[in-house]
Amino acid sequence: MPAFLLKRFAQSIVLLVIVSIIGFVVLNLIPGGPLAQFALDPGMTEADKARLAEQLGLNRPLLVQYFDWAWRLLQGDWGISFRDGNPVLTVIGRHLFATFLLMGSSTVIAIAIGTWIGIRGATHRYSTFDYAATVGAMVALSIPTFWFGLIGIYVFSLKLGWLPAGNMYSIGDGSVLDYLHHLIMPSVVLALVHIAVWSRYMRTATLDAISQEFVKTARAKGVTERRVLMKHVVGNALLPMITLAGVQLPSILTGALVTETVFTWPGMGRLFLDSLGYSDYPVVMGLLMFSAILTIAGNLVADIVVALVDPRIRLA
Amino acid sequence: MTKFNKTSAGFSRRDALRVLGAGGAAGLFAPHLLGKPAFAQTPPAAPTGRIVVGLSQEPTVFNPLMPHIEVDDGVNFSIFDALFRISVDGVIGPNLASEVPSQDNGGISEDGLNWRIRLRDDVTWHDGTPFTAEDVKYTLELIVNPDFRAWRTTGHDLVRDITVVSPTEITWRMEEPFAPYLSFLTETFMVPKHILEAEANPNEAAFNQAPVGTGAFKWGQRLAGDRLELVANADYFGEGPYVEELIFKYIPDMTVLYAQFKSGDIDLVGNAYITPDNYQEAKDLADRVVTVEPKGSVESIYLNQELPVFKDQAVREALYLAMDRTAIIDALYYGVPTPAETFMPPQSYYYNPDLPKQEFNLDRARQILDEAGWVPGADGIREKDGLRLSFNNSTTVGNHLREQTQQFLQQTFAEIGAEMKIENLPPAVMWGDFWGQSQFDSAMVGITYLVGGDPDVTYRFHTDAIAAKGGSGSNNAQYSNSEVDALLVEGSRTFDPEKRREIYFKVQEIIRHDLPFLPLFAYTNLYGRKAGIEGFEVNTNTRTESWHAAAWYWA
Repeated sequence: MPAFLLKRFAQSIVLLVIVSIIGFVVLNLIPGGPLAQFALDPGMTEADKARLAEQLGLNRPLLVQYFDWAWRLLQGDWGISFRDGNPVLTVIGRHLFATFLLMGSSTVIAIAIGTWIGIRGATHRYSTFDYAATVGAMVALSIPTFWFGLIGIYVFSLKLGWLPAGNMYSIGDGSVLDYLHHLIMPSVVLALVHIAVWSRYMRTATLDAISQEFVKTARAKGVTERRVLMKHVVGNALLPMITLAGVQLPSILTGALVTETVFTWPGMGRLFLDSLGYSDYPVVMGLLMFSAILTIAGNLVADIVVALVDPRIRLA
Repeated sequence: MTKFNKTSAGFSRRDALRVLGAGGAAGLFAPHLLGKPAFAQTPPAAPTGRIVVGLSQEPTVFNPLMPHIEVDDGVNFSIFDALFRISVDGVIGPNLASEVPSQDNGGISEDGLNWRIRLRDDVTWHDGTPFTAEDVKYTLELIVNPDFRAWRTTGHDLVRDITVVSPTEITWRMEEPFAPYLSFLTETFMVPKHILEAEANPNEAAFNQAPVGTGAFKWGQRLAGDRLELVANADYFGEGPYVEELIFKYIPDMTVLYAQFKSGDIDLVGNAYITPDNYQEAKDLADRVVTVEPKGSVESIYLNQELPVFKDQAVREALYLAMDRTAIIDALYYGVPTPAETFMPPQSYYYNPDLPKQEFNLDRARQILDEAGWVPGADGIREKDGLRLSFNNSTTVGNHLREQTQQFLQQTFAEIGAEMKIENLPPAVMWGDFWGQSQFDSAMVGITYLVGGDPDVTYRFHTDAIAAKGGSGSNNAQYSNSEVDALLVEGSRTFDPEKRREIYFKVQEIIRHDLPFLPLFAYTNLYGRKAGIEGFEVNTNTRTESWHAAAWYWA
């Protein structure tokens, strides 16, 4: 195990460096830059923009800029946002809670419901429920999230007035109940797509497990169907799902761009979109590294957990 | 409305006043039209209530001297003050200064070089420290400090020998006479010396995250990505404020912004306002006031004067005749904007109303091109001396109204034998060197030309302002006309408004003749607010709807 961990750790570092280089180069290759937003400002001249570019250090050779950024990163200084002058970590931190709330709740809903639908679909194969679940999954996967979101706002906020039209909480309120009230629509809308994905994977994994020899043996022994299901099938079906969960872990903290925009949710996804739009290089690079670290960590954790749980797997 | 929507504390009082008003008015009562009874129109004695302004972009820069965008201006005007303020009619009045200097009252010397500003003596910063001429000196010097990331330095870089005569009087000398400086000073907000000079690096000062100004509203708190809360400054020297809390809420999606306006989650729609396709529905909403007001910017097709096809006057004229502006405005923009002939906003004192009106005349266009020697080739596209009448047009991707306008134009241009190819770019790319260094063929842009209502457009049209040729301005069309150059220089050195009017009338005439850009329309915006908000006025001499939030109140 220790040798495995060490090897993976070394691989991760190399991977992170490669990701950062690619990200940095691509970001700087995009024409425009952080000063493009001021292009049409009345009274602002090209001379002003040239001066600002110089002051922001944007005229230095790319290699110099990269090493400067990387050296600071290693010392814990993730940089300062071009837009609001705040340290990048502070900016990310502010949006983290909102994202965690939204993504966490939608993932919990998605896993719970998706798992149940998947198992039931597998055990009652070709039943009405199974067909309905399949069609439903296809619909949820095909229709874009923003459409669901806007329809939701139209029906539940404007027409019925049951749920708020967006934001995390109402101005002047801020109680837990208020938060929950605002959380309902965005997390359900977001969960819809994940439910579809989970249920399909779960169904396949369950079918796989049910067709195994040991299930036949258990049934022959006289074990009740329910116990067969719970003890033998589900456990084994969940193994590939752990890997899937590990891969999806980063998204819990990197947010969902579209849903956050439609529901005015101040999360990480929207932060990424806004920063990209304004070419706020420090924040974009910070988010990139954050996401890369989470992805690598997520994969690593998933691999370890699967190895611990599944006796057939030996880590190299 | 959702039951979790809590509006201002004055709700029931507003209801009671309405009932009284309905009883008093003789049967005529339209919710969002004519009179509220007179007694409902006086502002409250103490700040009450809260107004939420919805914005489609997030204000992130709170040091008013650093580069910022329109939505930041809305916050700046509320937290800070400038020496002067420009009224809705374009008249400059005193703000932090006690009088407007001019050559008549001796505030500006005859040669325009020596300035004397007299300040009010009753102004304090939000932290209680008195505002003095030292702050003015500090602000002006900070702007031209080479280590400071200042936004605009034009005009400020001409100031020399700033002298604090007394806490309420300051003088300086200009390197050359520069009449627009007075207008620039209506948008140059004063920052506190006692806070900023203690900072090692003003670019990264803590002040930039929690600004202290002299304005009607104080900094409350900011929830990044979500909203900004300002609170009333009870010690404000000027009019107001009449609301206790002013909140700027960030809603990135325009559809959701409008939905929140309808549902009442926001009280006032700020930048980028209500889109024209919602106008029909918006103006009939109950309990809402929706008005159409001009903006001060002009949408036009910029023609790169260095492109060989555009060097021919006949081509520019013919293209202008081949634009069906009425169809574009009515069909695409729901009739909301107004046609324009010049860069000057129609509501400006310097607007020339006698410019020739554009007509949509394809036959005349073809005639002009025929007479100039442009002969239709085998594919219908005209040619002259081996040059094809073909060019690209670029605008920002994702703006469906502009994309449709391009298609309209492409069609009518094709009918006169001109080929326009559409090549759109994402905003970040478009506004980089592509625009800044004049690398485009033609571009569809909306530009605000004036700063603080001042007609000086030297940085847009002077030959020395061509950045692509090493100049320092924003003459993106690379337009060069020596007569216009001379007029622009003269205009910026003349202080008398009537003389300036003549000069800029001539400038507009020449530019209308030369057509370096083809004007489409003058922007108008759809402003929406809840019925009950009084004191709201649109000022096209500023870039924001919140230029005077101090005057807003709930009736």
